[in-house]
Amino acid sequence: MRGGRAASVVASLLAAACEADAPAPEHRIPGAEAARGAAVIAAVGCGACHVVPGVRGARGTVGPPLTDFGRRGYIAGRLPNRPDNLVAWLLDPPAIDPETAMPRIGLGERDARDVAAYLYTLR
Amino acid sequence: MRRALAPAAALALAACDAPQSMLQGGGTAATAIADLWWVMLTGALAVVALVTGLVAYGTWHGRTESGSLRFVYLGGLALPVAALSGLLVYSAGVGRELETATEAAPLRVEVIGHQWWWEVRYPDAGPGAVLANELRVPVGRTVVLELSTADVIHSFWVPALAGKVDMTPGRTARLRLRAESAGTYRGQCAEFCGAQHARMALHVVAESPARFRDWLAGQTRPAAEPEDDLRRAGREAFLAAGCGACHTVRGTDAAGTVGPDLTHVGGRLTIGAGVLPNNIGTIQGWIADSQTIKPGNRMPAFDRLESTELRAIAAWLAGLE
Repeated sequence: MRGGRAASVVASLLAAACEADAPAPEHRIPGAEAARGAAVIAAVGCGACHVVPGVRGARGTVGPPLTDFGRRGYIAGRLPNRPDNLVAWLLDPPAIDPETAMPRIGLGERDARDVAAYLYTLR
Repeated sequence: MRRALAPAAALALAACDAPQSMLQGGGTAATAIADLWWVMLTGALAVVALVTGLVAYGTWHGRTESGSLRFVYLGGLALPVAALSGLLVYSAGVGRELETATEAAPLRVEVIGHQWWWEVRYPDAGPGAVLANELRVPVGRTVVLELSTADVIHSFWVPALAGKVDMTPGRTARLRLRAESAGTYRGQCAEFCGAQHARMALHVVAESPARFRDWLAGQTRPAAEPEDDLRRAGREAFLAAGCGACHTVRGTDAAGTVGPDLTHVGGRLTIGAGVLPNNIGTIQGWIADSQTIKPGNRMPAFDRLESTELRAIAAWLAGLE
C-alpha cells in the first residue's frame, strides 16, 4: 500500500517534470501544436545556434538561449514578445532586422506557429 | 523554401525506419551476414536448451555409472566437432560470397577517413567528383569501396548494407556492397578514432540508376554561378574570409584540401558528418560555432564574421546543390 502510494507520488513528479508548462493566456496560439513545434525545432536543427530546453542536443551559443522564452520581454531585442510578432520573426528574421545573424530558414506558416507555441511553453 | 526542409524531414522519417540495423538489410552482403547471424543464434539457442536440459536431468536423477564415457565422447567431442565444422564451412561460404565479384565492371568509390569526417570520391567519374559524409549508389549494381585513411584507424560500417571494414593507415581495403532497395542507410565510424568518434557518421543513399547517373554528372560540374546579390556577396565573403585555405569549391579560387569539398554542399543530407541537418541555419551555426557543436574538430569557429556576411555565406553554400 505505502509502496504503491510512494510510486504514484514519484510517477506524478516525473510526469510534472516531463510536461511542458502551459503558455500564458496572452501567448496561446489557436490551433498550434507545441509538441509538433518541438519536433520541428529538432528536425531543422535550431540547436546549432540556440539553447532550447527540452530539445536534445540543442546547446548552441551563436544566438541567445531560448530558455524562459515565455517570460521574455522582447524578441531579438526588437519586437514585443507577442505571438504574431514571434511567428513573423520565425518566418523571415532579416525582413524585420536586416542586420540580424538569423537567416530565413524556410519555415512554413504552420511550422512557425507550432515552433512559437513550443517556445511559449518555456517559462 | 520547402526544399530546405525536405532533407530534415527525410532524416526524421529515416530515423523511424531503423536505418542502421544489420538485421534489416537493404543489401545483398548485409542479408548474407544477417542470415549467418540467425543461423548462429538458432544453433546457440539449441545448444543452450540441450545443455540446460541435461543439467536439469542430472540434477533430478543424480549420478549414474553406466555409459558415462560414451556420453562424454559423443556429447563433448563428436557433437561440437560436427557443429563447429558445419558452421565453419557455412561461414566460409558466406565470406566467399561477400568477396566474389558479381559484375565485370563494378562502380568504384573511394572513401577516405579523416578525423572526423568521410571524404568520398568517384574516381571513374573524373577528378571533380568529390564530396563528403555521403555516398550515393545505384540500386542493383555492385559497388566496390576502396577504403583508406588520412590519419588514424577508422572503420567503415553501414550495417544495413555490408560488413565492417577497418581503414588502416598505409593500406587500401576493399568492401563490396550492393543495395537491393532504394533508401537512406546510416553508417558510423566503428573504430575509436579520437574525441569526436561518435560524431562521425555518413549516409549511403541508394537510388535508381537513372537518378544516380544524373546526380553523379551534377557532382562533377563546378559550382553554379550565384543567382542573386546575396549569394554573390556570400561567395565574395567566403573567399575574403580565407575559407579556401581549407575548403575547395570548384569553379572558384578556393582549393584547400584540409576540410571537405564544398562544391555541392547544399545538396547533402547533413553537415558536420551527421551532426546537424543541412540548411542555411545550421550551416551558419556551424560556421560561427563549430567548436561548440563538435569540440576539437579541425574547423575554427568563425564568429568574427559580420552577421550579414555570415548570412550571405550560408545562403551561397546552401544554394550549392
